[in-house]
Amino acid sequence: MGVQGGWPPAMNIVVLVKQVPDTATERKLSSDDKTLDRAASDGVINELDEYAIEEALLLREKHGGEVTVLTMGPDQATDSIRKALSMGADKAVHVNDEALHGSDALQTAYALSRALGRMEFDLVVLGSESTDARTGVVGAALAEYLELPQLTLAGKVDIEGRAIKVQRLTDYGYDVVEAQLPAVVSVVEKINEPRYPSFKLIMQAKKKPVEKLTIADAEIDAAKVGLANATTETVDFAPAPPRAAGTIVKDEGDGGTKVADFLAEKKFV
Amino acid sequence: MAEVLVLVDHVDGEIKKVTTELLTAARRIGEPAAVWVGEGAESGKARLAEFGAEKVYVAPAELNDYVVAPKAELLAKLANDASAAAILVSATPENKEVAGRTAVKLGSGVLTDVVDVDAEIVTEHSVFGGSTITHAKVTAGIPVVAVRPNSVAPEAAQGAAVEEEVSVELSDAAKGAKVTERVVQEKGARPELAEAAIVVSGGRGVGSDDFSVVEGLADALGAAVGASRAAVDSGWYPNQFQVGQTGKTVSPNLYIALGISGAIQHRAGMQTSKNIVAVNKDPEAPIFELADFGVIGDLHKVAPQLTEEIGRRK
Repeated sequence: MGVQGGWPPAMNIVVLVKQVPDTATERKLSSDDKTLDRAASDGVINELDEYAIEEALLLREKHGGEVTVLTMGPDQATDSIRKALSMGADKAVHVNDEALHGSDALQTAYALSRALGRMEFDLVVLGSESTDARTGVVGAALAEYLELPQLTLAGKVDIEGRAIKVQRLTDYGYDVVEAQLPAVVSVVEKINEPRYPSFKLIMQAKKKPVEKLTIADAEIDAAKVGLANATTETVDFAPAPPRAAGTIVKDEGDGGTKVADFLAEKKFV
Repeated sequence: MAEVLVLVDHVDGEIKKVTTELLTAARRIGEPAAVWVGEGAESGKARLAEFGAEKVYVAPAELNDYVVAPKAELLAKLANDASAAAILVSATPENKEVAGRTAVKLGSGVLTDVVDVDAEIVTEHSVFGGSTITHAKVTAGIPVVAVRPNSVAPEAAQGAAVEEEVSVELSDAAKGAKVTERVVQEKGARPELAEAAIVVSGGRGVGSDDFSVVEGLADALGAAVGASRAAVDSGWYPNQFQVGQTGKTVSPNLYIALGISGAIQHRAGMQTSKNIVAVNKDPEAPIFELADFGVIGDLHKVAPQLTEEIGRRK
């Protein structure tokens, strides 16, 4: 196991982050090409990514090493990079290319795998899903592309030397999963409590290096990314029909009975 | 007719309801072929036949010893060998991962959290916390589709369910993440949250880690218990029962929200429920916008009365 602050770094950890529309604002698809309308809502870092960053920082504190943020997205994604750096990540890589616009989950995993291919890492950490697309497949697909052990949906991570052990959340509780580094880990929100950036770290973050990559730099095949080459297509979209207004009553001591009447009417009792 | 592979969800031979839903959807597209991993196919086969499975591929239990990748290798192999029309899996966190890896192997596309699928494999999705309905399709290769439980009404139709044993030579990469222990934390005999026809959830209004008011009502209805993020964050109920954007997505016939305000975080996980009942003290709580029936009042009074009333009417 490495010594904190030693050189070369004891463990290179790459954290994946994604800028998503704020779930507190109205989210829309663009009528032009049926992709996310990024202008319609404020961009924020995907909430689960903060847990991934926190886990990476905790592992760095324990084992020493370096945390690199990797993101793919348009210019606005720099906000999420800054957030990750101000939490304490050391540096960042930003893959930003118009050709990536409209990429689906699998194309995103492919592009990230290419960017990772030119980086040195022991561990890739990401959130188990994003709050916008919510596919939950990027971690698994990334492990497939990289041919690395998939340690996803982790509620707990332990590393000892090159051995990694996680608790993978399941319907019935969890599975204990073991592998050798390097590996891909996705985290669920019970894993930790993300820290707030300190003023000092926020100031420092402005000076941390952010490497910009085009798809050519990252050797991403242009024919495998972007809306035109996506393996899925949004055929159409529309606002969900509003739910018919329900019956709302004030409890006058018979609220439970009234619900029972409703349930009986709907044949649930 | 081309085969449509359906990955079977089962616990020791007992198949889950979602598998009957997937078989029903598969019949719209082609000829359903169930894919069974592990023991128990003998006892589960009859039910697969009842919902139209013409074939049952049975793969060895060893595939479960490693995370996700072996199932993807199996499905990709079967799909290629049979030139399958599509692969359907349930949209559970694990199976969505299986779907993603399978699609990468096939060079095709994956559609997740599908709430409906038609004969042309055009899928319907409810996105952005239920505010938008989209339709989508896979444009390359064999479509891999993950369908949300409780989305398709299961309809019986007799199939032959001809059993065929299959094996797959796992790659080294597929054996990278080994499952060394399974820890069961689920308590009691309640139905599984994602599958349940009825879900009763408690939120901040429950007020403490004494969830008996929620559990009592759930048990009277034969329902699963859920919890809002506020309740889980407060340590009142275990994480695996969390319903919402960062928890589970449920789509039951009946969802009862007790003391849950209905923030987007929660709505995203339950908005496609067919009937919604809400009990909340705050008349302004956004959950009432969704409710088919709402009671403005104290859940600690309303829920016990309801539980008693259900018992009386049984």
